[in-house]
Amino acid sequence: MEHLHEMELASTSEGRKEPQKIFMSPESMPKIAKIQLVSSHPEVYEPCDDSFLLVDALLADRSNLINQNPKFCLEIGCGSGYVITSLALILSQYCPGTQFYATDINLHATHTTLQTSANHGVHVEVVATDIALSLQKRLQKSIDVLVINPPYVPTPEDEVGADGIVASWAGGFQGRIVIDRILNVVDELLSVNGLIYMVALSENDPYDICQVMREKGFGSRIALQRSTEEERLCVIKFWRERETSEDGERADNVSSLNGWLGKVPFINSLRKKGNENNNS
Amino acid sequence: MRLLTHNMLSCNIKGVTNGFPLKLEADKWVTKEVDLNADFLRGVFPKIEWSALVAAARVLGFAELPEQADASMLSSNDFLRRFHHALLELHVEEGALVCPETGRKFPINKGIPNMLLHEDEV
Repeated sequence: MEHLHEMELASTSEGRKEPQKIFMSPESMPKIAKIQLVSSHPEVYEPCDDSFLLVDALLADRSNLINQNPKFCLEIGCGSGYVITSLALILSQYCPGTQFYATDINLHATHTTLQTSANHGVHVEVVATDIALSLQKRLQKSIDVLVINPPYVPTPEDEVGADGIVASWAGGFQGRIVIDRILNVVDELLSVNGLIYMVALSENDPYDICQVMREKGFGSRIALQRSTEEERLCVIKFWRERETSEDGERADNVSSLNGWLGKVPFINSLRKKGNENNNS
Repeated sequence: MRLLTHNMLSCNIKGVTNGFPLKLEADKWVTKEVDLNADFLRGVFPKIEWSALVAAARVLGFAELPEQADASMLSSNDFLRRFHHALLELHVEEGALVCPETGRKFPINKGIPNMLLHEDEV
């Protein structure tokens, strides 16, 4: 499979199936949600470093997403709607039939997301539901692109799923409680060629997350990583592993994951800490 | 909420085995035109529970869908137009979705179905 460099993809209306080599002018740069058009509410998480990282990962993988020509895209835990609106803006020009879905456990967030998408002239179908509970039976194996910025902050267990904005960050032990619940349903949701992009924090043990997903038959790689003063974040990309894959991505992905992890000693030290905690 | 979404939602109260299709009650709905995409319609057709779509469209006053449909109809532009309109252009703004087994009502407010369960339902 030929891997196209991001800048080789023409940002023209006829460019979807036959990417052309052109230089991108500022006008043809892909559109994402504008902060000033993102709706807000005191009980809804505002776009922050993690949201920007996830959108940057989607932008960087734009040609793969477009070539996928997705039918259904879903964001679990949509908050302000910044990410799903950006995804809709990235794809809508090339994939006019794509349907965008978003869920949140916080009712204020569902209304904020609907408003944010409307402010940008795109349509997102929003459902107030826990993870994807009310959709997962009927949308079984139908989601082509799944994006998740989960509540990943390590917190006391009783804050997980609490009312209002707390639910947007409270992740329980190692920040993994909601992440692990989400990972339990992605196999049911994802289509054969589906892709998942999920934000994780170093404290969540991304290496272990990838191992968990490998056991479920998913390949993974770190699509993007960034350190801020407060946290070390990454976006993990997952896809279904096939028995016989001729595409070189698999090998690349495994090596890039190992390479990244090898360069990041803090993960190993955290894992040791986690084990010590478990043993004590 | 589009009728496509109505077709994809089910009631997941613990113990419920027959949570689909949810009965649609609509107090307010609007029509928003959107470009017809035949590829999407043909691709999504096998996933649609046709009788549920027909019933929901009828609640919104749209009775132009055939009672039964099969994939051969997807070659007809007239059928695609009706299917498109029912699936993607009708939006329920206010109303409710009712579980066929328990009668539990899930409200739809400002276009968003609230499928959140109470503690004793999970």
